[in-house]
Amino acid sequence: MNHVTSILSPVAALVLSPLLLGIINRTKAVCAGRCGQPLMQAYWELWKLLHKGAVTSYTTTWIFRAGPMISLAATLTAALLMPFANFDAPIHFAGDFVLFAYLLGLGRFFTVLAALDTGSAFEGMGASREVFFSTMVEPALLLSIAAIAREAIGNSILVDLTAMHHHISGPLWANAGLILIFIAVALFIVMLAECSRIPIDDPNTHLELTMIHEVMVLDHGGPDLAFILYGSAIKMWLLGTLIAGLLLPVTNWLLLDVFLSLTLLFLMAVLVGVVESVMARLRMVRVPQLLAGATTLAILALVLEYRIP
Amino acid sequence: MSSPSDLILILVILINLAVLGIGDVRLCVHFIAVQGVILGILPLFTGGGLDMNLLLIAAGTFLMKGLIFPWLLFRSMKTANVPSESVPMLGFTLSKVIAVLLVVASFWLASKFKLLTPIEHGSDLTLPVALATLLCGMFFIITQSLALMQVLGYLMLENGVFVFGVAMAHEEPLLVEMGILLDVFVAILVMGVAMFHISREFDHIDVQRMTELRD
Repeated sequence: MNHVTSILSPVAALVLSPLLLGIINRTKAVCAGRCGQPLMQAYWELWKLLHKGAVTSYTTTWIFRAGPMISLAATLTAALLMPFANFDAPIHFAGDFVLFAYLLGLGRFFTVLAALDTGSAFEGMGASREVFFSTMVEPALLLSIAAIAREAIGNSILVDLTAMHHHISGPLWANAGLILIFIAVALFIVMLAECSRIPIDDPNTHLELTMIHEVMVLDHGGPDLAFILYGSAIKMWLLGTLIAGLLLPVTNWLLLDVFLSLTLLFLMAVLVGVVESVMARLRMVRVPQLLAGATTLAILALVLEYRIP
Repeated sequence: MSSPSDLILILVILINLAVLGIGDVRLCVHFIAVQGVILGILPLFTGGGLDMNLLLIAAGTFLMKGLIFPWLLFRSMKTANVPSESVPMLGFTLSKVIAVLLVVASFWLASKFKLLTPIEHGSDLTLPVALATLLCGMFFIITQSLALMQVLGYLMLENGVFVFGVAMAHEEPLLVEMGILLDVFVAILVMGVAMFHISREFDHIDVQRMTELRD
């Protein structure tokens, strides 16, 4: 039974992730007093891009074409490791969260390589920023997951994402709710940074001086761009699911779990939209402070866990 | 973990880290004021029953740390021309990292301490939080170049001492705690006057720039 249903968690990620982008856009539109795009717009955009041809520059090599494919493949593989609602992940083994973090890292690495491959100084600047910020996001992500593992499972080294997800329970929340909230806040900042949303990066900007992620994908078009958009949507879904799994104890009523998880994910998308509507992006020099803050929260959570049995 | 005193102590640590990580002077003063307010609530939750002693300490702390000190600081901000932003000498990211290391170190240190009289009324977080607040306050004084921010660091340090004092509140005479509060009050008052004089003499309160002697 578990093996059959476990396939549902990556399928949910594949099917529903572009909807998150639609919800964010709709929230921003409502906050600004507009009607906004249809909720399904992201799907149509992906469909449109997949039917276009791609134009590549003569100066690029195979790395440029491989970049989007490898980063999408890495993200899809990461989707196989993430449990959703009541469903286990299809693949889980001790320490799989390290693989999860570094699959996301691999995807980013190839996006960066593809950007550098164009030879444009402009894309190099974006790549440099992306790498700089991701070095600050990575400790926050890994320490947060370590803190969840320590809280949920204890000192055992045989920890995987699915087991962690199943150990989150009501009594645990009553016992260590504050610690879990710290972790959730840290992970939310990680999600904003990984998905290049405001206040770290603005997905809509095309102003040269401030772009981070957008500038790296400027030269991609057609199916390549579709891969990149789809990959980032799935990445957002995965990190959102990680937070939802932390916030929601598994009740073991299949439908209720699925319903609650989906609601929470969509609420998180609304929250991202609201954050984007009410605040401007941070000055570039302030971003490391915010990311260091997320790391600080994760470390504090870990320290408190070691203090309180 | 879920008891109110633990919650307050964790909030105290969080405020320490926040103050060390932001550069907005007014916001820092507000944060220290909030820390004072929640420290004023802390004696009510120490367990072991409430008595007149504890209530007076709570009221005095709330009044002094939550209201009067911030008011004094804001007043001296008006008289001395204090810039709205202050960057620590080590930069924000590094000083935040060191602050976290200090917190970790104080948790480790607290687990090594053997107190002669064990803390009866208060959670097991009391000692590490007191140490962390103390160390963060000292670190804050060292890395800030603005005189007003150094006063804030002094207040944070004093808050650390107070956290430890609350755990001993049942054994400790009221007079001691009130005496400390009075001392700090006078210190803040004098520091405010000193800041005013510094700013009138040098046109700024940046201690980094007070290296040359003038007569």
